Amino acid sequence: MENSAIIQINQLIKRFPIGKGEFTALKGINLNFGTGEFAGLIGPSGSGKTTLLNIIGSLDMPTEGEAIVLGKSISKLSAKESAKLRKESLGFIFQSYNLLQVHTVFENVEFPLLLLDYTTPERKKMVMDALEWVGLTDKVKSKPPQLSGGECQRVAIARAMVKKPSLVLADEPTANLDAANSHNILQTMQNLNRELKTTFIFATHDEKVIGYLKRKIFLKDGLVDHEEWITQ
Amino acid sequence: MKIAFKLAFRNLIGAGLRTWLNVIVLSFSFVVIIWMKGILVGWDHQAKNDMEQWEIGKGQFWHKQYDPYDAFTITDSHASIPSEFKPEIERGKMVPMLFAQGTIYPQGRMQPAMIKGIPASQTLLKIPTHQLDSETDAIPAIIGEVMARSSHLEKGSRVVLRWRDSKGTFDAAEIEIVDVFSTTVPTIDVAQVWINLETMQEKLLLPEQATLFSFANAEENRSTVGDFSLKTKKDLTAEIDAMIKTKNAGQSVFYVILLLLAMLAIFDTQILSIFRRQKEIGTYVALGYTRQQVVALFTVEGAMHAVLAAALAAVYGIPFFIWQAKVGFTVPMDTSEFGMSVAPVMYPIYSMGLILTTTLIVLLTTSVVSYWPARRIAKMNPTEALRGKIQ
Repeated sequence: MENSAIIQINQLIKRFPIGKGEFTALKGINLNFGTGEFAGLIGPSGSGKTTLLNIIGSLDMPTEGEAIVLGKSISKLSAKESAKLRKESLGFIFQSYNLLQVHTVFENVEFPLLLLDYTTPERKKMVMDALEWVGLTDKVKSKPPQLSGGECQRVAIARAMVKKPSLVLADEPTANLDAANSHNILQTMQNLNRELKTTFIFATHDEKVIGYLKRKIFLKDGLVDHEEWITQ
Repeated sequence: MKIAFKLAFRNLIGAGLRTWLNVIVLSFSFVVIIWMKGILVGWDHQAKNDMEQWEIGKGQFWHKQYDPYDAFTITDSHASIPSEFKPEIERGKMVPMLFAQGTIYPQGRMQPAMIKGIPASQTLLKIPTHQLDSETDAIPAIIGEVMARSSHLEKGSRVVLRWRDSKGTFDAAEIEIVDVFSTTVPTIDVAQVWINLETMQEKLLLPEQATLFSFANAEENRSTVGDFSLKTKKDLTAEIDAMIKTKNAGQSVFYVILLLLAMLAIFDTQILSIFRRQKEIGTYVALGYTRQQVVALFTVEGAMHAVLAAALAAVYGIPFFIWQAKVGFTVPMDTSEFGMSVAPVMYPIYSMGLILTTTLIVLLTTSVVSYWPARRIAKMNPTEALRGKIQ
C-alpha cells in the first residue's frame, strides 16, 4: 500500500440469484487500497473481478460484508448518496468505451462536469486540459463513430479523469484495442496516476495491462488467490 | 433539470431522422388541431354575426304564441304593435314583422311558403327590403337564393300567392320577384317570401299587427311587453352554440386519432430507445445520475418532441394560418341545406387561448407517453445496463 487506505473491503460476499438457486461471485474478499495505487484485479472470466469493481464503484451492493470507499460504506448508501459518490469522486473506464454516441468528444468529456457545479469557462478549460492529457485536442468536434477504438478509449479516459477523481475504475480497458493502442492508453493512465496521484484499479486478464500494474491481485473463484507488489 | 433539457436536446438532435419523423407527425397534429378549432371558432363568429345582421339584430320580441317549429301557431301569433315600441320603430331601431302561412304556385306546382311582412324602409337588417318599393302592378316580393332555386323563380318572375286572412277567407294575388338576395342565414331564405309589411297587414286584415320585432339596441333594460316576450341574442343563437358544441365533440374524436398517431410514434421511439440505449443508461448511472434522474432525462427527451414540433409547426403553420385567415376555407358542399348559417367560405379565427391550450394538451400528452415507457429504467440493474444486456 502506497498511502492511507481509501478502500477497505472486509469479508465481502456477493451472491446473485440464478433461477431458483444462487451463484456466489465473491466468497469473502478482504482487501485495502491506498491513495495513488495502480492496481489490478486479475483473473479469468467468472473470478469475480468485475463484480468487485462494480461494488467498489457503488453500482452494486454487497450481499454480506463491508466495502468502505472514500469513507463511505457502500451497503449503507442510498441511491442518491451512491450517485453522489460516483458523480464527485469516481471515474469509470469501460471495455466498450460507453461513450454517448450522438455527443461530440467535447460533450462526452464535459458530461461529468455538467453534473457538478462548474461554470461554462471552467468546464471548457477542464475539458481541454483532459483532452490534452490524452492527446485529443484536435478531435473536440468529432463524434465517437468517427474515431478509432484507441481514440474512443482515450476519450473515455479523459471523461473519467476530467473532474480529477480520487479513484478510477477500469474494467478491461484494453480488451477491444490492438497492442499499440493498448500500450498508448496504459502509458497515458500511468502518467495520470503519477502526476495526479489518482488511484487506478483495473479488472483485467490482459497481459499488456498486467505488465503496467504496480500491484496485482489475483482472484480465483471469488477469492483472493495471491497478490504481487512491483517495486520500482 | 437544466442539464436534463440540455442533454435531451443534444440526444434528440443527435438521433437525426427518427426525431424529425416524430416531430413532423406531431407538428402536423398541432397545425390541424389549431386550424380545425380555428374554423369552428370562425364559423361560430360568422354564424352569429350573420344572424345578427340578417335576422335578429341585437335581439327580438316574439308574440307569446309564436313557435317557429310549430306551423299551427303562426295563424294566431300576432298582436297590435305595443305603443312602447313605436318610438323605437320610428327611429329605425326596431323592425316589426308579420308572419303568415301561404302557398305559391310556381310553374303550376303548389309550394307552401311562409309569407313575411317587413317594412320596406327598414335598414336594421341586411335584407334588401328597399326593393319592396319597386313599381309593379303585382305585389313586389323578394326571396333568397335557396328559395329561388327550389321554386325555380328568378328576378322578374311572377307567381300566384295564396293566403288566408284573419277572418279565415282564402285570397290570392300575383307577386313579382323584384330581387333575389344571397344570404348565409337559411331561416330567412328557405321557403320564404318577403313582402312589404303594410301590404301584408292589409291583405291579412291585420292593421298595426306584428308577429315579432328585431331591435338594434341590446343595452336597454328590456323585458316582456304586452303579448311580446323578449328573446335575447343568446337565446336566439343557442342553436348555433349547440351545433358548435356537437361539432366540437365530433372533431375531438379526430384530434384524439391524430394525437394517438403521433403519440404512438413517440411511445415506440421511447420503447426502442430504452432497449437500444441500455449501455447509455448504464453510463449515465456510472457517471453520477440516479435511475430516477435517467427516467426524468428520457421523459424530458420524449416531451421535447412536442417542443420541437411546436417550433416546426410555427415555421409552416403560421404562414398557413395567416393565409387561411385571408382566403378562408371553401366548404366543399352546398351549405344552403344545412338548416343554419354556414358561409360557403369559412374564415378561421385563432386566439392565443386556442394556441396555448392546444400546445399544453400536446405537451402534457407527450410527457405522459414519454414517461410511461421510461419508468422501466427505474427497475434496471445498472451493471447489466452497462454491458448492454437487455432487461
